Amino acid sequence: MIINGVHIDETFAEAFPMRATRVIITAQNHKWAHHAAQAMTGFATSVIACGCEAGIERELDPAETPDGRPGVAVLLFAMGGKGLAKQLETRAGQCVLTSPTSALFAGLDEGEQIPLGKNLRYFGDGFQISKRIAGKRYWRVPVMDGEFLCEETTGMIKAVGGGNFLILAESQPQALAACEAAIEAMRRIPNVIMPFPGGVVRSGSKVGSKYKTLPASTNDAFCPTLKGQTRTELSPEIESVMEIVIDGLSDADIARAMRAGIEAACGLGAANGIRRISAGNYGGKLGPFLFHLREIMG
Amino acid sequence: MTALSFTLKSPLRQRLDVSPLVPDLLLGKAPKEIAALDLQYGNRRIAAAELFDIEGDDAESVRISGSPKLDFAGRGMARGSLIIEGDAGAYAGMHMKGGYLCVSGSTGLYAACELKGGIVEICGNAGDLLGSALPGNKKGMSEGIVIVRGDAGDRVGDHMRRGSILIEGNAGMYLGARMTAGTIAVRGRVGACAGYAMRRGTLLLYGSPVAIGATFNDCGLHTLGFLPLLLKGYQGLNTCFSDPQARRLRVRRLAGDLSVQGKGEILLVA
Repeated sequence: MIINGVHIDETFAEAFPMRATRVIITAQNHKWAHHAAQAMTGFATSVIACGCEAGIERELDPAETPDGRPGVAVLLFAMGGKGLAKQLETRAGQCVLTSPTSALFAGLDEGEQIPLGKNLRYFGDGFQISKRIAGKRYWRVPVMDGEFLCEETTGMIKAVGGGNFLILAESQPQALAACEAAIEAMRRIPNVIMPFPGGVVRSGSKVGSKYKTLPASTNDAFCPTLKGQTRTELSPEIESVMEIVIDGLSDADIARAMRAGIEAACGLGAANGIRRISAGNYGGKLGPFLFHLREIMG
Repeated sequence: MTALSFTLKSPLRQRLDVSPLVPDLLLGKAPKEIAALDLQYGNRRIAAAELFDIEGDDAESVRISGSPKLDFAGRGMARGSLIIEGDAGAYAGMHMKGGYLCVSGSTGLYAACELKGGIVEICGNAGDLLGSALPGNKKGMSEGIVIVRGDAGDRVGDHMRRGSILIEGNAGMYLGARMTAGTIAVRGRVGACAGYAMRRGTLLLYGSPVAIGATFNDCGLHTLGFLPLLLKGYQGLNTCFSDPQARRLRVRRLAGDLSVQGKGEILLVA
């Protein structure tokens, strides 16, 4: 399959089950909602070493938020429920509770309920106040700029992590330009995040390493500078490869996002040095979700 | 289907317990069974058909013509709607768990007492002890919403535990006395001793009360984030408290009653 001169490999991205939750952060304005959300989702690129994968899903208008203020929706993913609950609590406590004017609400009603303000309330040292509004419980925690308002719990559901595709280009700037176009298109798709910096990851990894302590190491088959040293997947004209990793609330969400991203990258086409779209997989052994590129783009 | 209507044949001479006339107990009953329902009337039992003209067939929507002697309207109801056309007596909405009770006139003592859920709307005035605990009990209203379009008497929300009471007129003395939690909002004036011995909970007062107890301490003027959310929660209810314009409130926060737990608050709208 070739789109605008870009070859779509006959391969698939391989994804695995995760647990996910959504929270809504509101603040006096979008600037401060983003400050809290960026801090909360910082160092949350990969569960390999971060504990969770998190990102800003989208910006919310005041009409869409529970308290009628500007806000952002944040998605968090982890390998299990316990880990997700721990990460959520830690990050909410350190990054949202501390952020001026912020309030924190559940972004999912369905699924198993995990603590949001349930334990954070103890920061109030006995001065915290509970309020039950329209069937939901909230905590008012006194803080120095007023009150931190936080919903008691949020929903946790089964989700999918690790959806991905690779953009292979003739140069590093061209690969990055294609990634930026892809990310811009993918950010319009609901229920997904691209957790790496700017949505892009350059360090695609393979399972294992020659060093026994490492569970993963650089994906040498896609490293352009190793073309002559290893069993490469790259043709001579490929000088740079970048990956976009997607976590979604469902496999359908990931497929939608992949299609939007690949379309945007291919929009730049071979004329701009974009030569191939491929995907990362481990022969189907990593997880049950397979995203065949040609099916998605078909 | 039309609402199941009970129209009084003549004015009541004794107090009448209408607690069996709720959707939960009327659903599935044949017209003959409904007509034969035994009601407590003064010191004797009497068939419903002797007191009421009964029409209609939709037991999810019940209408009863009102009287100040009509007690226990909607007692324990959990579903459907019950409209009292006119006044109701004491204990309207007592122990109600769900559904909608509307009294187009006024109610007597203990309306919505120990309410456990649902919505109670009183278009006229409410008597004393609205949403309170029954004598000797320590748990008043524990869930649900009560709307009073007129005035309410003394001791509104005594021992109240959760839920909201919204009074569009004035309220009497001892508003929210001994409250454990919940919210009472009053648009008009309130009498003396508001929040007396309240442990937790919120009194949201739009008109200044006669006097604030010495055991309430001033915490200053604030814009509290939970208030817009709280008032948004009343959206869809026919009340002035759900007015979107009224949501950005600036309030003076008085913490108390410090003679007891002191985690309650009186919020005076500035």
